[in-house]
Amino acid sequence: MAGGAASGGSVASDTYKNARHWLLMPSWLVLGFFVFAPVCVMVIYSFLTKEFRGGVTWEPTLAAYDQFFFDRGLFGDADPTLQWTYIEIFWRSIWQAGLATILSLLIGFPTAYYIATRPANTRALWVFLITIPYWVNLLIRTVSMKFLLRDEGPMNNSLLNIGIISEPLQIINTNLAVQVGLFYSYLPFMVLPIYAAVDRYNFTMSEAASDLYATKWATLRRIVLPAVKPGVIAGCILVFVPSLGAFLAPDLLGGAKNFMIGSLIEEQFKGNAGNWPFGAAASMILLSMVLVLLMVFAHQQRRAGATT
Amino acid sequence: MNVNTDIKTYAGFRFITLLCVVILYAPLIVVTIYSFNASDSITTWAGWSLRWYADVFTGPESAKFQQAAINSFSIAIIAATVSTAIATASATAIVRGGKYRLRTPSLALITLPIMVPEIVLAVATLIFFNAIGFTRGYVTILIAHIAFCIPFAYLPIQARMQGIENTYEHAAMDLYATKAQAFKRILLPLMTPGIISGFLLAFIVSLDDFIITNFVKGAGIETLPTAIFGSVKQGLKPNIMAISTMLLSLSVVMVTISYFVSKFDNTK
Amino acid sequence: MNNIAEIAVDVRDAVKRYGEFTALQKISLGIRDNEFFTLLGPSGCGKTTLLRMIAGFEDVTEGGIYLFGDEIKTLPPHKRPVNTVFQNYALFPHMTVLENVGFGLEMKGSSRKDAAKRATEMLELVQLSQFAKRKPAQLSGGQQQRVALARALAPSPKVLLLDEPLSALDLKLRKAMQIELKHIQRETGITFIFVTHDQAEALTMSDRIAVMSAGELQQLGAPRDIYEHPRNMFVANFIGDTNLLEVSVDKIADGCAQCHIGGGLALTCDAVDGVQAGAKVHLSVRPERLILSEKATEGTSLRGVVTENIYIGTDITTMIDLDGGPKMAVRTSNTERGNKRLIEPGSAAFVNMETGAARLLID
Repeated sequence: MAGGAASGGSVASDTYKNARHWLLMPSWLVLGFFVFAPVCVMVIYSFLTKEFRGGVTWEPTLAAYDQFFFDRGLFGDADPTLQWTYIEIFWRSIWQAGLATILSLLIGFPTAYYIATRPANTRALWVFLITIPYWVNLLIRTVSMKFLLRDEGPMNNSLLNIGIISEPLQIINTNLAVQVGLFYSYLPFMVLPIYAAVDRYNFTMSEAASDLYATKWATLRRIVLPAVKPGVIAGCILVFVPSLGAFLAPDLLGGAKNFMIGSLIEEQFKGNAGNWPFGAAASMILLSMVLVLLMVFAHQQRRAGATT
Repeated sequence: MNVNTDIKTYAGFRFITLLCVVILYAPLIVVTIYSFNASDSITTWAGWSLRWYADVFTGPESAKFQQAAINSFSIAIIAATVSTAIATASATAIVRGGKYRLRTPSLALITLPIMVPEIVLAVATLIFFNAIGFTRGYVTILIAHIAFCIPFAYLPIQARMQGIENTYEHAAMDLYATKAQAFKRILLPLMTPGIISGFLLAFIVSLDDFIITNFVKGAGIETLPTAIFGSVKQGLKPNIMAISTMLLSLSVVMVTISYFVSKFDNTK
Repeated sequence: MNNIAEIAVDVRDAVKRYGEFTALQKISLGIRDNEFFTLLGPSGCGKTTLLRMIAGFEDVTEGGIYLFGDEIKTLPPHKRPVNTVFQNYALFPHMTVLENVGFGLEMKGSSRKDAAKRATEMLELVQLSQFAKRKPAQLSGGQQQRVALARALAPSPKVLLLDEPLSALDLKLRKAMQIELKHIQRETGITFIFVTHDQAEALTMSDRIAVMSAGELQQLGAPRDIYEHPRNMFVANFIGDTNLLEVSVDKIADGCAQCHIGGGLALTCDAVDGVQAGAKVHLSVRPERLILSEKATEGTSLRGVVTENIYIGTDITTMIDLDGGPKMAVRTSNTERGNKRLIEPGSAAFVNMETGAARLLID
């Protein structure tokens, strides 16, 4: 999806080039004002001082970033020691997002491969089947997962009834619940790019490998995987990035013990206890991490495009 | 093809695929089933009943949900319409505008909302409205939605336009049509499936949005997702199941329509 | 030591069906060890299907396939000691040329080092040593083709299968590769099974050819045999140019058949098994076996009127309308003609053929 957008279509067509500036103006205005400008303002806010009732006063300071990394004691005048709390939260988010990505990969790759090797008419149906859940409201999907996994929920009840377990599995409010929630939220994003890559793969190469004495699993490892690597990486990024900044899954499924970046940021803007510059700073740090990842990805795509 | 000559199939992959589908649909199916639960509590099953659907429309919280629903749908329709129009114009400029320096930055700007994590976008929008003194409410929600719906409307439209050869428009212009006429009478009708697809996608995305809406809505107003969230925070109640089922059914229907529309190839 | 050549690949009554469609109808043939064997036919005739069945990529609906006596039809491809050169080469794009060539050996258990050593030898054989570290995408079509060949030869297979490997190359390169392939086959002694639709290519390279059409074996034999003694109309038409005449067989005596064409013109040719007196069959005679003259001669001499002379450089093809209707083409090489004058269109002429020049066809 991202790849197609990046190319933007054939440049040979210039039918409406006289009108193009007028045509582009609405998107420039709307997006410039309400997406680009806000991000710039957010950058500025991260360097301002917080006000008691939320909001900011216009006094530039590094206090927000400072607060993120350092602990200056209760009154703010002690020697700075490394503040681990927030770093820990970020680290935990990276960890959770990483695990969710791995889980998605383990389930998503075989699924994508299987679908891509179905006959043409059923293939579209499978893709459709996999993508529908994505279009259901994320909140509802997360709530449904919460309902399913509750201590007194249907999953535990049926497992108890069948006799597999004797006590309900306590899944909600654990790390596992959050990972399952993240995996559930973004799984189609792992399946689709891999599916596209396998779809483009030339299976004559698998035949050649088999002809040269490779078992099926050796063929998968040495021939198929390297060939579909761009799709796999795209899928991983498309799951990791949203998982990193996710709010709903950690909040509804993880509870207080599983604070992640999303919850941390949200907290800064709730009511009067919030610290807007700090929230802006945390958002900036998150944004920077995502941008770095995206740049690495784009660079890798360009290199992959050059050698194929 | 027997197993020996089939070099494509791997043992266990089919099982994992089915597992994947089960995982994806199980929570939704369970919620749908429990929305018909006759019992008061959500933990015990007491038979089939429509009482919770009735509760949504007539129960104690119904006024809140109805207002939220009105807000959600009206915002979604307006946002989808405006963003689709903007997206169509932009797609025309990018796909059929030739090569120019602003092209790639324009494309980057349009897809920006998808690239940025949603919570960052939410924070930025909130801060922005605060900075310019815009009171939070219906209008702020609407503006934010229009902005982030643009890429969702844009992508199917661009895909569709790229698939239409420009020979049709050139033929029209050869037959004395102006560019505006060629656009209106030739390109636009051919692109209709893509536009409809984009509209539906933008609609769903707006209807479903939680994070950005929650941030920019201010205190006095609710949309369906924020109302549901607030209710869930107080405890899972059966009427939430009913609303959830209704919403998810709507999403499924819209996506299905969008899918069939996009498959409809009116150039053949 | 006996002179019976060992059968490398024995196909017995092999049938291939895809649902309702039958791609191969009961094919039986034996491919000898050390020979350059070609499956020749138009597209859709089933030659590639048969090749893939030997390789293991298609299963055998009925019948059996034996490799040096062992039944192989139940073996998966990676267990069969045969290797394939694919039509589109199927080189692994993410590996270097050297790694590609060594791949089969690694899969069979060789260490990386040993595989690389053998791969280097193979690259020398196909004269591509200096490209060892490159990726396939950086090579030309002809070079890729040679890498594919080296890769398939490296594991020392008993039989090498080649699926139209030269079809993507331009004419000059193709001719050079034909010679090189023949040379490699002679040197390595490996049985080559070669698939092509190009009959000239098949005639040039093969020890024996199996001509196929619509899933059936039409004729199997050495190139000369197939060219000079085609069995039926398909083979006669598919290989080289020929004149086809409808004849009625009057009498068969002493191995000769006396026939006549419509219009009463009589001719004599070799009798053929399966054709009886009284039969109405087709006759095939190659244009270069006919001799043109201004006057009638002894033996079969058919009268007609010249309609056209086509000059190619090496020879002249003369089109003649025979009395009684049928048209024929006579090819005379220019050295043969010498300084004799051309017979102009409109003039009468005689087409002469010796008894062994024409061939009665079975269908």
